[in-house]
Parts: sequence; structure tokens; C-alpha cells
Amino acid sequence: MTTDPKALPGADPHTGNREIDPVTGYDTTGHEWGGIKELNTPFPRIALIALGLTFAYAVVAWILLPAWPLGRDYTRGLLDLDQGEVAVAGYRELSGMREGWLSRFDAPDFAALEQDADLMAAAMPAAHRLFRDNCAVCHGMTGGGGPGFPVLSDGYWLWGGAPADIAETLSVGINSEHPDTRYGEMPAFDWLERADRTALAEYVAGLPGGGADPESPAGLLFEENCAACHGEGGEGGLLNGAPSLTDDSVIYGQDAATVEQTLRHGRMGVMPQWSDRLSAAEINLLALHVARLSSGAEEAAP
Amino acid sequence: MLKLHYNLEKISMGLVGAIIVVASVGGIVEIAPLFTIEETVEIPDDLRPYTPLELAGREIYMREGCYACHSQMIRSLADEIDRYGPYSLAAESAYDHPMLWGSKRTGPDLARLGGKYSDDWHVAHLMDPREVIPVSIMPAYPWLTRSLDRRLLAPGLATLARLGVPYDDAMIENAEADALAQSQPDSDGAAAVQERYGEDVAVRAFDGDPARLTEMDAVVAYLQSLGTLTDAAHARLAEGTR
Amino acid sequence: MIATLTLRERRIGLGLSILLAVIGLGMAALARQGPMAIHGAMALVLGLGLVFLIGGALYDHPEQGRERLARYYDAPTRLGIIMALFWGVIGMGVGVWVAALMYWPEATPLWPATSFGRLRPVHTSGVIFGFGGNALIATSFYVLQRTSRARLADSVSPWFVLIGYNLFCLWAASGYLMGSTQSKEYAEPEWYADIWLVVVWLTYFALYIRTLARRAEPHIYVANWYYMAFILVVAMLHIVNNLALPVSWTEAESFPVWSGVQDAMIQWWYGHNAVAFLLTAGFLGMLYYFLPVRAQRPIWSYRLSILSFWGIVFFYMWAGSHHLHYTALPYWVQTLGMTFSVMLLVPSWASAGNALATLNGAWHKVRDDATLRFMFVAAVFYGLSTFEGSFMAIRPVNSLSHYTDWTVGHVHSGTLGWVAMIVFGAIYTLVPKLSGRDGMAWPQAVEWHFWLAVAGTLVYVVSLWNAGITQGLMWRAYDENGSLSYSFIESVEAMRPYYAARTLGGALFLAGLVICVLNCRATMRAAGSRADSADRPLAAHPAE
Ligand code: HEC
Ligand code: HEC
Ligand code: HEC
Ligand code: HEM
Ligand code: HEM
Ligand SMILES: [Ca+2]
Ligand SMILES: [Ca+2]
Ligand SMILES: [Cu+2]
Repeated sequence: MTTDPKALPGADPHTGNREIDPVTGYDTTGHEWGGIKELNTPFPRIALIALGLTFAYAVVAWILLPAWPLGRDYTRGLLDLDQGEVAVAGYRELSGMREGWLSRFDAPDFAALEQDADLMAAAMPAAHRLFRDNCAVCHGMTGGGGPGFPVLSDGYWLWGGAPADIAETLSVGINSEHPDTRYGEMPAFDWLERADRTALAEYVAGLPGGGADPESPAGLLFEENCAACHGEGGEGGLLNGAPSLTDDSVIYGQDAATVEQTLRHGRMGVMPQWSDRLSAAEINLLALHVARLSSGAEEAAP
Repeated sequence: MLKLHYNLEKISMGLVGAIIVVASVGGIVEIAPLFTIEETVEIPDDLRPYTPLELAGREIYMREGCYACHSQMIRSLADEIDRYGPYSLAAESAYDHPMLWGSKRTGPDLARLGGKYSDDWHVAHLMDPREVIPVSIMPAYPWLTRSLDRRLLAPGLATLARLGVPYDDAMIENAEADALAQSQPDSDGAAAVQERYGEDVAVRAFDGDPARLTEMDAVVAYLQSLGTLTDAAHARLAEGTR
Repeated sequence: MIATLTLRERRIGLGLSILLAVIGLGMAALARQGPMAIHGAMALVLGLGLVFLIGGALYDHPEQGRERLARYYDAPTRLGIIMALFWGVIGMGVGVWVAALMYWPEATPLWPATSFGRLRPVHTSGVIFGFGGNALIATSFYVLQRTSRARLADSVSPWFVLIGYNLFCLWAASGYLMGSTQSKEYAEPEWYADIWLVVVWLTYFALYIRTLARRAEPHIYVANWYYMAFILVVAMLHIVNNLALPVSWTEAESFPVWSGVQDAMIQWWYGHNAVAFLLTAGFLGMLYYFLPVRAQRPIWSYRLSILSFWGIVFFYMWAGSHHLHYTALPYWVQTLGMTFSVMLLVPSWASAGNALATLNGAWHKVRDDATLRFMFVAAVFYGLSTFEGSFMAIRPVNSLSHYTDWTVGHVHSGTLGWVAMIVFGAIYTLVPKLSGRDGMAWPQAVEWHFWLAVAGTLVYVVSLWNAGITQGLMWRAYDENGSLSYSFIESVEAMRPYYAARTLGGALFLAGLVICVLNCRATMRAAGSRADSADRPLAAHPAE
């Protein structure tokens, strides 16, 4: 590059001065592209300072934190941090905060726990959150149930409504993969005559309203085939997973058409096990929460 | 420096070369070591590849763009461990071509979903999410009830085997049959699936109907496998150290 | 198009069209079913259409003489602008629609192709590649010629690039609707489309470099540095990230060769730098030409241009790992991504500052001229979104923002506020020039468009900042007893008002775009018989 200012592009051949921009007072570089010119404005100081500052920040970070790869390893940084360890430490700290009250649910004396107002105030928000993140997809936000998933807030139970029973249900699940799962199967009565199934379905549909006659042929069919599980009058409550058929607590529907479906194909609802996902204390906490859903104590969930 | 540049900007191929060189450094320094440093190449002993049915489900998961709303990557943060479970390890997705870590959580993370809900629930949810969760904004996928196209399973497994996923010849050969058998618990092939892929592989009529092999079977099988291919993450969390 | 070609070029064009038809036929015949067959059929139809178009008019126009070589070649630019507007309407229309679906999911028709997950990539690819890419190609042709004082090196390859590129966009968008995707964000198209894009891109690069070689000005202008970085680096990224083994040569399905954590890093090395070299470098090239031209001011500092260019080229390539903070990607890579993202702020602001300082002495024009105001706002949003980006790249900040709508807010402050605004500024400068007019047909409509665009962007971005921060805070909120306060679904419910507002903002923005399209159509129509006027004579300055 030439050093003679007069030979520079755009320079006045006599004075060597380049065109000066009247607005900023800077000279131009002398180039022009389709009408565009550039000013030869020097680097603004602030850009260099900013570059220096951000670089300094980066260097500090590189010194303190893991940063540069070295073949099969990398620089660990003075702080020697491992993000997994940091996270676990944080997680332990939070668990520690809960420990104070949550550990009391480890070996539960539910009646005593429920009496402790302070404990309940700390515990119930957690129970709500756990319920909504884990259970609500099936049982509804407030335990109202859903199609194929039982209501938990109506006081009718398949496997018992005492907190301890519920805790057991939660731990092992129903028809789940757990080796000790609660097992309840509504067999398919596809071997029955179709007409018999229809009659039975109508009979079952009539049970809640009291319109079903036990002496009728359908009533006799019921006694022969169903009473073993659902009870003589279909009142349920035998803790074998078979629901009562005389009240308005329904899982799948108690209109004749749905009942006919149930009879034809059978049912085997699955409630997942939670013992490998939630701690024992959390399960007990949830059990208490669920038990309270029907007692009215939890009606107005926040 | 300025002078150098003043000259460089007169040579177009010089500028091209400079751009390529300057732009290559970052990628090389950050990517190449990922193929050598132990932390990112180790593979847990118990890691199993997807079964053909799960793989088919994974392809449907991609086809429907579920990854646009769901992440499968639990970050190393206390609250994520709390909500979703053990944070995700690099090794867990070692066989994932491509990875599906995701970048947006319009819906929850799915990395530890396997076993959390029942097959029936998944079917009901995919058919119409608002039927089970009234406030859900997830789309419905009623067309998943169509039958599963199994044509590409064997060549798919073979392709993955070439990329280093441990599928052996028997797995490739039986891919179509295994996909069907995994959805038919009472069939003869069911045991063979577990023999090839491990005892813990779920063999069920995922969509509720063993008579038909549907896309729903595949998606649900895939969802139920998430987070169950290795126990390494749980082990790491219990250990709490590197 | 055809009238501007010589007979020989028309014959070459005809030959290429036949080749395209044959390739399409071959794909369709080999694949027989599925997306690849349909894409083959599309190529066949396009090829045949071009055969009829060119073949039918082969001898209809007078032969072009050598004197055309003394003029710029702007016909491809005009097509590029039209395609950009076309994809803009599709892409942003789909954007508004998917935004509405997040508020109103029941509206999804029970037809797989219209499901959210399939439409979302139609939106992202439609706007980034269809709208942004076409605008870049179109303006790069225009800028390259003006700043080199040379005509494009040949007259066939620009058409090949544009038509080939739009075929890629069409394959991409229609592929997603059919469920054909590699799932890699912003690189979703399948292997054969990826290969096709490589062919198109190499042609583009060759055309660029050959034209540059003919320049009459010894120095290469900054805009061309940026366009060149855009072409080169996008090629590098595209090839590495899309390496895949097809399941069979006659099937659309493929498996990427990368897996797990390596795949994640390569994907976001790609994804972040698609932002850097497509959505940033390319558009900086655009800014570097149209802003000084419109403002009639010299670029404020040549030296600052050098600093920002090389800073951007170097730093950006390290920053991709900020998309993977706290994930299973090793910590050391995250540290590098974080620190380089912070350093990246300096060259980014240097270019934004250079653009704004260039307006010194032209502020009255910014006030009066909506077109220049578009470019001014673009530079401001460029500064804002890069500041936001560097901020979000800091790990603790990202622990809050990642996975949330904050990211989407950041994205659209960049894409609506910066990318789309600079495109509009360029279009309103270019379209009158290409039509041989002094201004747009409806100057007042530009004003309307400007305010709709600004309002739409602000409503969109502000609502999603709120959404994202709310989400992020709800996910990590703990009560004083150490329990998480909110379930996930509560955070979904909390998004409703924000999603509604975002849809409204998007609709405003789209309305502005529709006005722009109508205005451009009216302007191009009004050119009427002076269709050739766009080919302006080369400036008669002697080369130094
Ligand atoms: C995948 C769906 C699903 C999820 C998630 C789920 N459940 Fe269940 N739950 C069921 C089904 C189905 C049944 C009934 C099983 C049957 O039909 O025999 C059930 C039964 C129960 C019962 C027994 C009711 C009785 O009458 O004895 C309780 C208690 C219960 N669930 C509580 C919970 C709690 C607490 C959670 C969350 C930790 C939860 N469930 C999560 C599906 C689910
Ligand atoms: C082996 C025990 C058994 C026998 C026998 C049996 N059931 Fe059941 N039944 C069950 C169980 C367990 C369930 C709950 C299944 C579930 O929740 O998935 C059930 C559920 C039902 C339901 C659904 C209730 C609801 O709330 O939706 C109906 C209706 C029903 N049984 C009717 C009958 C009739 C009628 C017969 C006789 C033809 C019969 N059951 C015989 C065990 C039995
Ligand atoms: C528009 C965004 C969106 C898309 C696309 C989407 N989801 Fe979802 N998903 C959600 C939202 C929001 C939730 C939370 C509410 C709910 O459970 O429905 C959810 C929840 C879920 C859940 C329950 C997770 C849990 O732990 O409670 C599963 C499983 C799921 N989605 C699977 C899928 C699959 C498979 C696809 C694709 C076929 C898909 N999603 C597509 C938004 C989406
Ligand atoms: C009319 C204006 C627009 C509207 C209404 C709109 C709407 C949307 C919506 C709803 C999403 C999905 C967000 C999610 O999944 O949570 C999205 C994503 C996206 N949009 Fe737009 N958009 C518009 C314009 C644009 C433009 C002009 C561009 C680019 C030039 C763009 C680029 C993107 C990108 C890159 C994403 C993906 C973001 C991510 O993955 O984080 N959008 N847009
Ligand atoms: C200094 C410049 C910038 C930096 C450091 C930066 C940084 C970031 C960060 C940290 C994220 C969030 C990643 C995550 O948590 O998932 C992000 C996302 C994104 N940014 Fe930027 N950004 C910059 C400029 C821009 C500009 C100018 C645009 C657009 C024109 C843009 C477009 C995007 C897009 C599209 C995404 C979403 C990617 C995805 O998840 O799909 N960025 N950026
Ligand atoms: Ca089936
Ligand atoms: Ca691709
Ligand atoms: Cu980025």
C-alpha cells in the first residue's frame, strides 16, 4: 500500500486531502460502490473497552469453570464444579427443607398427623402439587375422575378408603407391573348369550334406581355370575376391586349400553405403581390428601 | 492489521479462505473432543436399543412433531430433578439418531415418562387430550388408529446397525415380526422379543386391541420406553457424584 | 425471463428443465409411493412447466445482443422478491394460525397435515428459508452487481439458483405436511432435499465469486463480505449437520449419522449459526447496502465494519452450545458457549451502532420516510435482540429462560423486529427501482405497513416475554416449606392470555405484510411496458 497521501484513492491529487464528510467531519476512505462511501472514522474507544471487558469476563470464567478441551480431558477450573453435583446438592438442600415435616410421614400415624395443624399447613400444598403433576391426568384436578378412571372424592372405594389402604394402593398400583400389585379383573362375559347380556345390562343399569328385580331371570343371572365379586345386591365393598353397582359412583358408565360393553369385553383398569417414582413419605402424604378429598376437608382445593 | 485487511479485501478468494478458516475454529474445538472425552463416549452396560415397535413409534413422534412441544432432556437443576426425576445423562441418548432433546416445553418433559401412566390413558389422551385434561392445549391425534406400516423396520434397523447401534442380524431379520409380537402378549413371538431386547421390555396390547397393530401401539410403546432403556441416571443420582 | 436470454441460454435453460423433469420422473418412478414420489412428481411438473414455458417461447423474442452485457441483470431479483413475498404470506399466515392453535387447540381440523407439530416447521422454514432466503438471494444479486459495477457472471445460473432454491422450499414445506422430517430444527428436510440444496448452493457460490471476479472496483464492499460469509458458512453448516444415511435410496426416510450428545452439539452449532449467518450476516449485508443508499449517507466507520465483521464470523461459531445449558452436554462446552456469546455482543452492537451512526445527518429522513424508518427500527431491534441473546446465553439466566416462551419472544424480536423489517426496507427501496419508478404506487400504504409492523412486533414480543418469565418462574417456584408451588398444567393455563395477545400481534404484523404485497403488485404492474427499464446501464466509472 502506498504511503503517499496524494496517491490514495479519492484523494485530491494536489493537496492529498480526502473528501471530508460535512456532518461528522471525518474523511472518507475514498472508495465508492454504487454511490456508497465510507468514513474513515477511527475505532470508537468504547468498542475497544467493551471488547476488553467482555474478554476479561471470559478469561475469569475460563479460569474458574471447566472450559478448554485437552484431547481426552478438559480444564476443570479453579472451582472444580460439576453441574450434576451442583444440581444434586441443590436438590438435597431442598429435600432438607422438606425433611422437617415430610419425614413425619415416613411411618404414618394418620390420625395424629391430621391433628397437627402446622404440619398440615406445610404438607397440603405439597400434596396438591404432587397430585396435580402425577394423578390429575387420570383422576381430575380435584379427584373428580374421568372416563375409565374412578372418582376419588365421593367416598366410594374399591380397595378401601382408609389412608393406609390408599397408601398401599398407591405403592403397588392396581393391575400394574408391580409384583405385589392389587389385582382386580372384570372378566369378559362374551360366552353368555347376547340376549342374556342385554338383560343383565338393563338389570345393572336399573340397580341404582331400585328398578331391578332380583327375582327376574336377569336377577338370577346376576346372582349366579356377578354376586361373587360385586355382592348379592351389587352393593360392592368386598375389597376385591369390584365396584358397587348400586350407587352413582361409576368408573366406565352405568347406562345399559356401556354396561353391555363391559360385559362383552371385560375391564381391567390399570392404576400405575408409584413406589419407584415417589418416596414412601410422599405416598403417605398423597394418601392422606386423597382420603380427605371425600371427607369434605379438601373440597375447595386452591 | 488494518493494512492487512485493506489488502485482503481486494482478493475475493483470499476473503473466502479467511472466512472459512476463521469460521471453522469454534466448531472444531467444541465438537471434535466430544468424540474422544470419556464423559461423552461412555455407554452404560445396561443400555438397550429401542425395539422395532418403539423405533416405529419414535418415527411417528418425529413425524407428528411432538418434539416441538416436548423436551426429553431433564436439565441439571434442582427443581427439574424434583419435578421430573434424575437429570438426563449423555449416555442415555447414545443410540438416538437423531437426539430428541427438544428446545421448548409447551408440554411437560417426557424423558422419564415410561411407566408413569397406563397404556389406556395414553390412548385416551392421544385420541383427545381434552377428554382427560380439560385445559390441555395439546392437539388430538385420532388418526393414530390406522395400521402401522412395517415396511421400513428391517432396513431401518440395518441402517442404524451400520451407524453403530447394537442391532444384531437376528434383530434385523425379525424386525417386522417382533413389532407385531410386542403388541400381542399371548403370541408365540412375545417371548422372543424379550429374549432379544431384555426382560424389562413391555409386551402388551398397547392400544387395547391385540388383533390390530396400529400406529397407536407404536407410539404408546415408545412413550412407555422413555427413560427405561438404562438405569444409569437413577444410579448416578443415588450416588450423587461424578 | 425468457426475453432477457440469448438463444443459446434459452437452449441451456431448456436442457436444464428437461434434466429436472427427468430427475423428477426418476425419483417418482423409483420411490413409487410416499413423500419422495410426490416430490419427484413435483419436480417433474415444474420441469415440464419450464420446458413448455421456455420451449414455447424459444424463438418468440429477438436475440439478445452484446449490448446487454453493459447492463445489470435484475430480472432474477424481481422473481426473488416475488417469491420472498409469496413465502412470507404463507409462512407468517401459518405462524398466525399455529399461534391461534396454542390458544384454541380444538380448531385443529382432524386431518393429519394440519396438526400443530407438522405446521410449525412449515412456519419456521417458510419464513426463514422461503421469506428470508429468497429475500437474501434476490438482494444479493442486486447488491453484488451495484457494488461491483459488473453484470452477473452469466444469465442462466441465477435462474437455476432461484428456481432450484424454491423447489427446495416447496419440498420442505410439503414434506412436513406429509410427515416427512428429520426432526432437526431448521434442517428438517430429508436427505434428497438436503443434497439438492447443496447443488443449488454451490451454483450460487460459483455465480457470486465469478461475478465478484469481474468487479470494476478493486475493493470488495462490506455488504459482499457478509453475503459471502452467509453463502460459505451456511454451506458448511448444512452439509455437516445433515449428514445422514437413507434407509434406502428409494425412500424419504433416513437416520442422521450423528447421535446423542454429539448430535445435539452439531445440531445447535448448526441451529445457532443458521441464525448467525442466515438471519444475521446475510441481512447485515442487506443493511450495509440499502441503509446508506436510502439515507444518502456514507457508512459511519469502515474500521468498525472490519471489527464487527470478523468478530461476528469468529465469535458466533463458538456460541451454539448456549442452546444446551445444563443439559447432558459437558459443562466445559457450555462455558465456552456462554463466554463467546457475551463477547459476541461487542461486534453485534458495533454493527448496530455503525448503522445508527450512519443515520447521523439523515434523521429528518428517518422521520419522513417510512422506508428508511423500517431500516432504522431494524437496526434498533438488531441491537435489542443481540443484547437479549447474550444475556440469555449466561447460564443462570438461561436456567430460567430455556424451554420457555421467552426464547420464542427473543426469536421474534430478532425475526420480526430485525429480519423482516430490514427486508421491508429493502423491498420498498428495490421494487420502485426494479419497476422504473420513483416510489411505491401507494406511498401512504408504506406508512400503514410500518405502524402495523411495529405494533405487531411489540405486542408479540412483550406478551411472550411475560409468558416466558411467568412460565420459568412458575416451574421453579418453591414455597417456604421446600415444596414446588405449581404443577406443570397450571403453567399451561397461565399462558392463555399471552398466547391470545401473541396471536393478535402476529395478525397485525401479517396484515402489514398483506398491504406490502398489494402495494408491490400495484407498483410492479404500474411499470407496464417499461418492463425492461430495470436493466440499468453500468456506471461508466473506469476501474482504478
Ligand atoms: C394412568 C392413570 C392413573 C394415574 C396417573 C393415577 N391413577 Fe389412580 N387409578 C387409576 C385407575 C384406572 C384406577 C382404578 C383401577 C381399577 O379400575 O380397578 C385408579 C384407582 C385409584 C385409587 C383406588 C380407588 C379406590 O376406590 O380404591 C386411588 C386411591 C388412586 N387411584 C389414587 C391415585 C393417586 C393418588 C394418583 C397419583 C399419585 C393416581 N391415582 C394416579 C388410574 C390412574
Ligand atoms: C371376578 C370378579 C368379577 C365378576 C365375576 C364380575 N365382576 Fe364386574 N367388575 C369387577 C371388577 C374388578 C371391576 C372393576 C374393573 C375396573 O375398574 O377396571 C368390575 C366392574 C364392573 C362394572 C363397571 C362399573 C363402573 O363403575 O363402570 C360393571 C357394570 C360390572 N362390573 C358388572 C358386572 C356384572 C353384570 C357381572 C356379572 C355378569 C360382573 N360384573 C361380574 C369384578 C367382577
Ligand atoms: C401444541 C403442543 C403439543 C404438541 C404438538 C404435543 N403435545 Fe403433548 N402435551 C402438550 C401439553 C400442553 C401437555 C400438558 C397437558 C396434557 O397433559 O395434555 C402435553 C402432555 C403430554 C403428555 C403427558 C405428559 C405428562 O407427563 O403428563 C404426553 C405423554 C404427551 N403430551 C405426548 C405427546 C405426543 C406423543 C405428541 C405427538 C404425537 C404430543 N404430545 C404433541 C402439548 C403438546
Ligand atoms: C406473523 C408473524 C408471526 C407469527 C404470528 C409467528 C408465530 C409463531 C409461533 C406460534 C411459533 C411457535 C412457538 C412455539 O412453539 O411456542 C413460532 C416459532 C418460530 N417463528 Fe414465528 N411467527 C411470525 C413470524 C416469524 C418470522 C417473520 C420469522 C423469521 C423470519 C419467524 C421465525 C420463527 C422461528 C425461528 C420459530 C421457532 C422458535 C423456537 O423454536 O424457539 N416467525 N412463530
Ligand atoms: C448476540 C447475538 C445473539 C445471541 C448471543 C443469542 C442467543 C440466544 C440464546 C441464548 C437463545 C436461547 C437458547 C435456548 O435457551 O434454547 C437463542 C435462541 C434463538 N435465537 Fe438468539 N441470540 C442472538 C441473536 C439472535 C438474532 C439476531 C436472531 C434472529 C434474527 C436470533 C434468533 C434466535 C432463534 C431463532 C432462537 C431459537 C432457537 C430454538 O430454540 O429453536 N438470535 N438465542
Ligand atoms: Ca394393537
Ligand atoms: Ca435435513
Ligand atoms: Cu443461539
